Amino acid sequence: MAAGYERDGYGGYEDSYDERPDDAHPPDYVPDYVKSFVGYLYRSIREKNVYEVHQMYESSFSKLSERFFSKSHWPSAELVAPYVDNDHVFCLLYKEMYYRHVYAKLNVTFQERLESWDNYCNLFTVILHGNVNMQLPNQWLWDMVDEFIYQFQAFCQYRTKLKNKTEQELSWLKQYDEQVWNVYGVANFLQALIDKSEILQVLEEEKDGAVTAFSANDGYDYEGGSNVLKVLGYFSIIGLARVHCLLGDYHTALKRLAHIDLTQHGVYSSVIGCHITAAYYYGFSNMMMLRYIDAIKTFNQVLVYISKTRQYHQKSSQFEWILKKNEQMYALLAICLWFCPQWHLVESENARSDSQRNETVTHQLKEKRGEKLSKMHKNDEAAFDECFSYACPKFISPSLPDLSDTSGNYSQEAYRLQLKLFLSEVRQQQLLNKIRNYVKLYTTISIAKLASLVEVDEATLRMALMTYKHKTHYIDDDGSVASTADVEFYIDEDVVHIAEPKVTKRFSEIFVRHILKFDELVGDLERVALE
Amino acid sequence: MVSEWEREQEQPQLTMEQLVALNPYNPDILPDLEAYVQEQVATETYSFDSNLCLLRLYQFEPRNLNVNIVTKILVKALMAMPAPDFGLCMCLVPERLHMLHPFFTLATLSHYLETARFREFWDEAARNRDILEVIPGFESAIQSYGVHVLSLTYQKVPRAVLAEALNLEGLSLDKYLEFHAANSGWKLHKGHGGSQVVTLPSNEYNDPSQRKNAGDNISLDVVSKLFPVLA
Repeated sequence: MAAGYERDGYGGYEDSYDERPDDAHPPDYVPDYVKSFVGYLYRSIREKNVYEVHQMYESSFSKLSERFFSKSHWPSAELVAPYVDNDHVFCLLYKEMYYRHVYAKLNVTFQERLESWDNYCNLFTVILHGNVNMQLPNQWLWDMVDEFIYQFQAFCQYRTKLKNKTEQELSWLKQYDEQVWNVYGVANFLQALIDKSEILQVLEEEKDGAVTAFSANDGYDYEGGSNVLKVLGYFSIIGLARVHCLLGDYHTALKRLAHIDLTQHGVYSSVIGCHITAAYYYGFSNMMMLRYIDAIKTFNQVLVYISKTRQYHQKSSQFEWILKKNEQMYALLAICLWFCPQWHLVESENARSDSQRNETVTHQLKEKRGEKLSKMHKNDEAAFDECFSYACPKFISPSLPDLSDTSGNYSQEAYRLQLKLFLSEVRQQQLLNKIRNYVKLYTTISIAKLASLVEVDEATLRMALMTYKHKTHYIDDDGSVASTADVEFYIDEDVVHIAEPKVTKRFSEIFVRHILKFDELVGDLERVALE
Repeated sequence: MVSEWEREQEQPQLTMEQLVALNPYNPDILPDLEAYVQEQVATETYSFDSNLCLLRLYQFEPRNLNVNIVTKILVKALMAMPAPDFGLCMCLVPERLHMLHPFFTLATLSHYLETARFREFWDEAARNRDILEVIPGFESAIQSYGVHVLSLTYQKVPRAVLAEALNLEGLSLDKYLEFHAANSGWKLHKGHGGSQVVTLPSNEYNDPSQRKNAGDNISLDVVSKLFPVLA
């Protein structure tokens, strides 16, 4: 391993060591590379050197973890405290990384789950009520929110598998139910971060068109203040949306995300994990609420983004996670396009140059999910089940299961419920694609003839046509009707009239693009003339 | 969170919606939310957000779940059709309840409405008066939904189709039609087969020619890209 990166003018920290992992040390031994890592990280935080903190956090921590702690714990916070002036807040931050490492690499004990919860409580309490004067990288602050929810989710999962629990574990579960990783606690911490940071007011100002220092500086505070509370509050909005989605409450999830405009760049897009998380949960919730157009647009947008930037993330520790989410969102996009076949909303195969054709969303979708899509069109329910199960979030049951019946396995309960409701939606819309395909071929067709083509009786057809209308029109937040319909028709007594498919060529955008190109060209020419 | 709750106690002018917005995760407001469900039933009002908040509190502590209250929430959600509220509520109701009465019945009713099977819906509803008729306004709310779906679909709707959706016949249907002819612009006439046909007011969904052509509009985003050139 080379000395990772050259830092002009920063001579302090060097993370290439010759020392090898050594089991012969006493348990309270703190290796030199840990001493210098924590010492330098501590100093960088105190000096508000965000760049250095980011490097240490993002790169050095994972390098050291990989090399020396792939199967063991980092030294405890108590052991490293002497090397960081026994700084209370630093130790909380250190422990945040410490437990994250345990969750990622080792078998987590009940004790550790409990301690990590306590640590988050202490850390958030200090941030909420203390006077924290730090500047931390957005990446780290996002990871805190993300990890906090992940550990909550992991605890809920852990708790549902009663079969292999010891008596001791069962009694702990009961004893700590209302204190540790309790859903009220988790939600209220995130809510408190949002409230106390007053981030919603900032975002409200931006809705009115103002550019706030918050967004202009990607959340950082260059006026000598701290970015920690503001940015944590901001990320907690997305965090809470995720929690609601995991609980199956899509309406509230979307209400949360309404504060952040995902069609524009924002602080959320400064951290790829956050960007993908926001888009994934926004898209998924919209899909579950039958707002397919919003879901398709969101998935398309983020899939294009991932495909264009993936090369920059190949070395990131999150790369595998990014690929997984990428695949999941293709599966969800396929589902949405079955419900609402508006392919023109998806990046077409002609959108990029020939060499990149295969990278376009449409091409990738056909390649990855083409087979599943055709199965879906044959109404093969297993295909829907597989796509949904593969791509859905890991739903949670927020309450303690019935401990008296330890033979039960409750781990699938929350997921099964959402799957069941999803499949019943599929069944309700099963006939609609067949109708779409026939209706498109006509400008007028009698109910009787269409019924015979679709192979149902007339009464059933009338109901199916109304179902189509109901499913493709929803009442928007402002009370007006919004349409996701791809085919427009109406019935005049016994005849269906189909509107001509509208070719909405976006002349305006084409003209604007050419005006700008032309202007650039003129600029170039003028410059040539001057020389 | 407790302090916030106490503060609100001193300010009784807060509406239930505001209370919910300030206390999205506070078990102490559970009794108020339950009382508010009863109030919505009695006054024929509806607040999806506060009902959803109550279902969330039940989800967090299932031992508090009150089947009677959940039933009322679900019936109110059916009445909110075409909004997707019923399905969204069911996402929070524990699965073990889904197969039990009255939840199974309500899910069946919802399925009929979602797929516009009005005949089956009204038949099933008639068999379950005990849970539906205690909610004032049920029938007319479903009829409004029927009219909503018909207006999206039909320019001219045969009387028989209308009768089925509204669950009205003979004189009571005549009265209903007359009322809407006088107030909502419905027109009654004889159709091709000699039976009565109702022309519903046109809107952009049952009359595509009324649709605004989205392609004709230029969004500010696009125009703003030209500002540097125009400057």
